[in-house]
Amino acid sequence: MSNTVISTKNLDLTFQTADSPVHALSDINLDIEKGEFVSLIGPSGCGKTTLLRVIADLEQPTGGEISVNGMTPEQARLARAYGYVFQAAALYPWRTIEQNIALPLEVMGISKAEQKKRIEQNLALVDLTGFEKKHPWQLSGGMQQRASIARALAVEPDMLLMDEPFGALDEIVRDHLNEQLNKLWHRTQKTVVFVTHSIPEAVYLSTKIVVMSPRPGKIYDIIDCDLGDERPLEIRESAKFLKIAHRVREGLKAGHAYD
Amino acid sequence: MIKDRALPVLTVVALIIAIWYAGAALLNLQFEYDQAERIGKQVSLSEALPKTMAQERPVLPAPHQVAVEIWQTTAEKSITSKRSLVYHAWITLSATMLGFVFGTVLGIILAVGIIHSRVLDKSLMPWIITSQTIPILAIAPMIIVVLNSIGITGLVPKATISTYLSFFPVAVGMVKGLGSPDAINMDLMRTFNASRAQVFWKLRWPTAVPYLFTSMKIAIAASLVGAIVGELPTGAVAGLGARLLAGSYYGQTVQIWSALIVAAILAGSLVAIVGLVGAWLNRRMGMREA
Repeated sequence: MSNTVISTKNLDLTFQTADSPVHALSDINLDIEKGEFVSLIGPSGCGKTTLLRVIADLEQPTGGEISVNGMTPEQARLARAYGYVFQAAALYPWRTIEQNIALPLEVMGISKAEQKKRIEQNLALVDLTGFEKKHPWQLSGGMQQRASIARALAVEPDMLLMDEPFGALDEIVRDHLNEQLNKLWHRTQKTVVFVTHSIPEAVYLSTKIVVMSPRPGKIYDIIDCDLGDERPLEIRESAKFLKIAHRVREGLKAGHAYD
Repeated sequence: MIKDRALPVLTVVALIIAIWYAGAALLNLQFEYDQAERIGKQVSLSEALPKTMAQERPVLPAPHQVAVEIWQTTAEKSITSKRSLVYHAWITLSATMLGFVFGTVLGIILAVGIIHSRVLDKSLMPWIITSQTIPILAIAPMIIVVLNSIGITGLVPKATISTYLSFFPVAVGMVKGLGSPDAINMDLMRTFNASRAQVFWKLRWPTAVPYLFTSMKIAIAASLVGAIVGELPTGAVAGLGARLLAGSYYGQTVQIWSALIVAAILAGSLVAIVGLVGAWLNRRMGMREA
């Protein structure tokens, strides 16, 4: 179990709201191994984003245990163990692309020379070389999201936490970014936790798919997805892919049935 | 662009001047009839009308009378002369600027405190709002008297009144501006493990800059009003406020109106300058033109 980077045990989270408490996460037991690509999939309100935010120490659980890299989520955050990619690119409009990528590096107090190196390296990784001096509004939505991935990678974290990063993009751009993300994961061997509500996206990218169901948010099924490391887009037509996708769909349907 | 705007702007200006002339004729006519009656003569409307435009102490001076007065007291007077409007405008302007700088700095400091501390938010905000409900005309003489009694005279008491009026829009605007970063951007800073100071300088402050300039536009106009009001209780020594007061003592309506117009031009220019600096900074920060 030394390779387990994220481990939760009976994890529970209840939000206290004005009218009635909301049970967002209930009895979550999940182990994520180093180098895995894990998707959290489920309908709105199933707690997939909340779970990701608990891992990132952006929400506090109300019960159970969780460890990230063998530490508490807070220690992991303070050690900058992860890079977080949000639903929106969240680039600062007054900063150029390179300045945006430099933002976490400035916060960490990394030298200018090292900053320059990492900006160059990570922009190349997301295929944005040449856009250093552009402002975010001069880039398309897909390019902005790629820049935000480069920003998360620039921290050189052990893992990437991604919260529906391509949710707002059209399908053609999304396919392209999925392919790039698969290559990126394959090349960097980073652990990725990826929140999505797209079945093909989850199956295409993941080594493990966690199907969640709402009210209260809990894990319905965990599906292994061994389609290999390098995945051309055509893999989505294969029988194996469709079989896994079918199981995910059945899981989502069943999870919804007693809603 | 300029061509497109010139026509509507000039139309409005022409309309205002036309209404002004009509008003001057209407309001000053009675005086001409009274004058004629006193010497036992009858005047026709066509005889009286031209005279309404050239009275020495009209109820409402005609635009050209004000224009001539402004010209005579600016271009044709040495700027060191006590009868020069440039001299008086400068006195008012220096108090305005000093008060505006004080007010802006004070407003920003208050906003930074309020944003970072709930206690300050709860304890300061009601007082800040209450401070603006007191009529400035009531509090201005007291500020002057109190500061005078502890030996502070000249520019500072007037600037203090300007500060009193100008810190408010800046404080309110900056509380809003510094608190306006999206939750997602605040979360991002949290994932970077950024300190409060880093969040302030790298996120809150740049987000607040547009708010700052909007509130500074209001603040600088309020500053000018404060400086003029501050000149009234000092016994009309110098400044545009003094010209207004002296004009009303002696019934010099033309003088009052020219001081008013100059004050209005000054306020308009100051607001425009703040706006231009804001737009320039916005461009320099690489923001998309709004």
